[in-house]
Amino acid sequence: MTDILVVGDTTNGKLGSATAELIRAAGNLVGDVGVGLAGSRLQEAVREASSMGAQTIYTMESHKLDDPSVYTKVTAFSQLCQQLEPRVILVSKNSHGLDFGPRLAFSLGAGLAQDCIRIGEDDDTGRVVATRPVYGGSAMATVTFSGDGPQVVVLREKSYEPASQDSLESGNLVQVEVNLGSSGDQVKSVRQVGSVAKGVRLEDAEFVVAGGRGLGGAEPFATLEELANLLGGAVGASRAACDAGWVNHNYQVGLTGRTISPNVYLTVGISGASQHMAGCSGSRNIIAINKDREANIFKEARFGVVGDWNAILPSFLETVRELV
Amino acid sequence: MSLDIIVCVKQVMDPETPPSGFKIDQETKQVVQTTGSSPVLNGFDENAVEAALRIKDITPATITIVSVGKDFVMDVVKKPLAMGADNLVLLSDTHFETLDSFATATVLAAGIRKLGEPDLILCGRQASDWDNAQVPLGLAEFLGLTCVTVAQKVDTDGTSLTIEQVSSDGYQEIMTTLPALVTVSNEIGVPRYPTLRGIMAAGRKEPVIYSAADLNIDPESLSPKVVVTDLYVPESNHEVEIISGEDDADAGRKLALRMREEGLI
Ligand SMILES: Cc1cc2nc3c(=O)[nH]c(=O)nc-3n(C[C@H](O)[C@H](O)[C@H](O)COP(=O)(O)OP(=O)(O)OC[C@H]3O[C@@H](n4cnc5c(N)ncnc54)[C@H](O)[C@@H]3O)c2cc1C
Repeated sequence: MTDILVVGDTTNGKLGSATAELIRAAGNLVGDVGVGLAGSRLQEAVREASSMGAQTIYTMESHKLDDPSVYTKVTAFSQLCQQLEPRVILVSKNSHGLDFGPRLAFSLGAGLAQDCIRIGEDDDTGRVVATRPVYGGSAMATVTFSGDGPQVVVLREKSYEPASQDSLESGNLVQVEVNLGSSGDQVKSVRQVGSVAKGVRLEDAEFVVAGGRGLGGAEPFATLEELANLLGGAVGASRAACDAGWVNHNYQVGLTGRTISPNVYLTVGISGASQHMAGCSGSRNIIAINKDREANIFKEARFGVVGDWNAILPSFLETVRELV
Repeated sequence: MSLDIIVCVKQVMDPETPPSGFKIDQETKQVVQTTGSSPVLNGFDENAVEAALRIKDITPATITIVSVGKDFVMDVVKKPLAMGADNLVLLSDTHFETLDSFATATVLAAGIRKLGEPDLILCGRQASDWDNAQVPLGLAEFLGLTCVTVAQKVDTDGTSLTIEQVSSDGYQEIMTTLPALVTVSNEIGVPRYPTLRGIMAAGRKEPVIYSAADLNIDPESLSPKVVVTDLYVPESNHEVEIISGEDDADAGRKLALRMREEGLI
């Protein structure tokens, strides 16, 4: 019997790291862990999930579930959950953002704890207790469930280390039939329009330099690009800089932008609002250039320079050029 | 033929409030603002209002604003009227004070059913207080509508709907048919300012108010599925190393050297 169902993701037939994080997190709860996988080439992912300690792996095989829309994926997992009646359903924010979890929960009439960073269990009630940032990260809430229905929990990506593949591959494999009907047909994707990202993807970069409102315009971002190129990194921005139109919105780091965890995150003219920090607090070394010593970014940074970037950045760039 | 558009909005604490400007009421597990500043309309909801108004700019439409809560500040919830929306409906009851997302969606669905069958419902992508991003999806599920999230553009010809959905590398162009529910993000652009005439007209307009009883809602059915047991401000006792120099340029140089020393570049 599966008490805890992990909603699994695969990319190119391999288990996504977000799923491995969920399997690790499931270890904080009492009960058997199952992993649901959807798609058409699942052998490798099944093996990985099993070696991460999942007791049962449920496969829903269909070409329609290769790279599915959120609508189709919800239909599949909703049917799986109705068959298994797990106590807890774990979803990663990584897949379809904050979109998938609520769709699944409402389809099951279940309660949902959104965008959590830690989960555990209440010894007395046996219900999930989860911690989640609220008010853009200015406050933390501990939430739990009431009633007897299924408990859906969405975990923020990178909140847990991925489970390692060190178990005996003894998981049971169960094939599940789902009826996808016409799900997703009501919504037609016409085209994907991407702004061609130069160089490294923000999420993959080990060095990210980001600019904010303090840069005052689009031109200084050219200097940031130069710095990023020099260090093999990528450029990000605060929402204020994106809203001003200085850079495209897909540069935005934060709660409603991208989530990054580079080795070095250098911010220039960014105040460090909690909503911004929500997307970068996993960075190992935050460095801040800001003229206001009281700016929140200095509460999170390892190194900081208090002053005008107009004077700081050129000499910084110059020195970096000499060093690399 | 005129389109019937509903925009759902929420009154929230000003998200720019610094930590010194609010405290946590442990009794109710709510954040309460301590400084004088007043609540605001959730920013993404203003974006949703703007999306509705852009449709109305080119297509005959009636825009009705719906909000669930208690203690409304009239200037806040009337702002969409001042921007150009037509009607305001407040779903207000003592039982509507601390609802979880499931219950909020339940109340909104009941309110909207009472108003008829809208062609299009627009919501903000999430509320800046609890950042739940759940209510629109619940509402769509309860009303049996297709829901497309995080739009930066919403166009309609009265039958079909073309949406630009923000994705991490750009956007996806999506088509669906009315009726539908769409959540809107800030990428749509800055919402228009209320005009003086709009503000005057909004001042004169009376909201329609529905209670739980008006909506035939049994308060029992609103008991939460998710409860908050603790709420606190996270402590940070992090020490920053400030790098200084003779002047800013020197500090910039020293920062690079210090980072090199630590193997960061
Ligand atoms: C629901 C919600 C979601 C949000 N999501 C995000 C998100 O995903 N990402 C995000 O970034 N924001 C987000 N925000 C916005 C966030 O609250 C802040 O408003 C935003 O991050 C501020 O951007 P900023 O730091 O560039 O601007 P500001 O806060 O204005 O800071 C500018 C900084 O530049 C400094 N500065 C000015 N001139 C100079 C100079 N010459 N030299 C050095 N320093 C200088 C100033 O001291 C200041 O600290 C969200 C807000 C809400 C309500």
